[in-house]
Amino acid sequence: MSEVATETLLRVRNLTVRFPMPRPGLVGPRPWLTAVDAVDLEIDAGRALGLVGESGCGKSTLARAVLALVSPQAGTIEWRGQPVRRDDAAGLRRMRRELQIVFQDPVGSLDPRMSIGESVAEALEALEGPQDAVATRARVDSMLAEVGLDPALAARYPHELSGGQCQRAAIARALVGRPKLLVCDEAVSALDVSVQAQIVNLLAELRRRRGLALLFISHNLAVVRHLCDDVAVLYRGRVVERASAAAIFAGPSHPYTRALLAAVPDPDPAAHVRAAVPELRAAAAAEAVAVVGCAYQPRCPLADELCRQQVPRLEDVGAGHLTACHHAGVRPAAS
Amino acid sequence: MASDALFEVRDLGVCFTTPRGRVSAVREISLEVRRGECLAVVGESGSGKSQLFLGCLGLLAAGGLVEGSARFDGQELLGPDAGPRRAALGTRLAMVFQDPMNALTPHLTIGRQLAEVVLERGLLDAATARARSLEVLRSVGMPDPEARLRQYPHELSGGQRQRAAIAMALMTRPDLLVADEPTTALDVTVQAQVIDVLRGARDRGLAVVLITHDMGVVAGIADRVAVMYAGRIVETAPARELFAAPAHPYTAALLASVPRLDTPLAARLAGIEGQPPAPGAEPDGCAFAPRCPSALETCHRSRPPLESLGARSVACHAVRLAPGAGP
Repeated sequence: MSEVATETLLRVRNLTVRFPMPRPGLVGPRPWLTAVDAVDLEIDAGRALGLVGESGCGKSTLARAVLALVSPQAGTIEWRGQPVRRDDAAGLRRMRRELQIVFQDPVGSLDPRMSIGESVAEALEALEGPQDAVATRARVDSMLAEVGLDPALAARYPHELSGGQCQRAAIARALVGRPKLLVCDEAVSALDVSVQAQIVNLLAELRRRRGLALLFISHNLAVVRHLCDDVAVLYRGRVVERASAAAIFAGPSHPYTRALLAAVPDPDPAAHVRAAVPELRAAAAAEAVAVVGCAYQPRCPLADELCRQQVPRLEDVGAGHLTACHHAGVRPAAS
Repeated sequence: MASDALFEVRDLGVCFTTPRGRVSAVREISLEVRRGECLAVVGESGSGKSQLFLGCLGLLAAGGLVEGSARFDGQELLGPDAGPRRAALGTRLAMVFQDPMNALTPHLTIGRQLAEVVLERGLLDAATARARSLEVLRSVGMPDPEARLRQYPHELSGGQRQRAAIAMALMTRPDLLVADEPTTALDVTVQAQVIDVLRGARDRGLAVVLITHDMGVVAGIADRVAVMYAGRIVETAPARELFAAPAHPYTAALLASVPRLDTPLAARLAGIEGQPPAPGAEPDGCAFAPRCPSALETCHRSRPPLESLGARSVACHAVRLAPGAGP
């Protein structure tokens, strides 16, 4: 990327989202689930941030909060320097033109009663008001072509297309208003590997061609490695590690990141022979509801007394590589 | 031949009668599984990998027809007499599916569901059934198995539910476990654990058929691999040979599509351009030819037969005609 003074598109500060849980009894306080816990992050124009973690770590809730689909209990979200608030309809409209999302289920995220051409046209008109039919048709066709769909498919309905084609249509629908940032919530997780590779390539190409920034949410670190400049690892609602992709993949410093990396299935039988990963064995007993100290401590092979008492802060362990671990950088003795 | 095979499929075909006529899902499949081995059947959505086994086990959806032969421990499962199939299914031959919630009954405790498997078949008495339940829960690495017996499926995490489903399949001490995409709905960390569980069961002598689209999962457990494309097997080989040197261009492309952590970053992932043929379409030539980088003219005209090259079999003209063909 050339170093023109880059604009920060999205700036999230101390974001906290909680959901009320059912009361355990008739009386007593209502328990709350903290889905996103004091998260800071930012995305500059044209950059791709990978947000990784297991199901339930809060990554989708974080995306929803960024899109103002859920209200945070605390913290701020700024879009191009302007605070995003759910009660500011005009501000939201402005932001949503520039900030779009693609979901995991490509068939389910398109209206089954609309042809994909109609779906894309609808998105265009929702953002830019009623359009001339011929001009709309031309924009829809060129958008479909840009995501690698034959414009002849515009008249087809989602059930007539493959999962990969539907995901391309969903991307076309998201991009037709020329957003600056695309949020991809597990957008390639439900696809076959050969199709997944096509969609990853398409996203990489759109980044290059349009200068599109990405917030790419995934549990698959290998995909993130191919697409993202920066990575944030989320565990139980907290960012536990954040750094450039190069730094994370060359030297993960949080034990959870290492466990995630070790779990990526390697298409090489020889690699599995040496893959007796102690960190994964420990992961079995991970269900404690409330954890004192570091949230990862019950699964962590490095946990000690300090970890059981004090929540580690996200701190710089060198060259902007942030890690929230009392034992950052300490690797367990290799067996 | 192949007298030591526990499960043997010969010339199996599956088709469905639909309003638009007969649609063939699986064609001319032959394969075998030996005791204590894991065979991975790999293919993408629509390749017929699930229908193949649902056909063998008599579990096809309405309108499904199966032809050919599937023998389990010498007994024909697809004969006119459904007796051998009923006797084997769920007892010596067990299945695990992608979504564990569908395998578990929401309103019964895990302990009750596990015990029922053996009680309903009159295999064990209640006390022994409980002991067996604890034993299988331990063997699948379930944390705190005693407490799990009293819990309901919704109280377990996704990975624990899949372990419970596998435990249920193991209650009767089956000889063969057919696992259809057992890790697809799970996180990578949980997936690694479930693969561990299957590997443990295989090491204790269980034959496992793993149906999956994920080459990474295959590498973790399979002894042999059969790759399917458009309803047919295009390559079978011992896992190590297949990963070291995929022979069929589709196998090679599938492997190259998997994003990896250990390879240099390229500008693009390999991927496979184009689409598989529509269900039921029966091209004259090789079904993969339109997407194949090494397609010859003959590939579009005649279908390559599955031919043996040592321990591996490949259905590809380019491989067959290459000078010095063979692994």
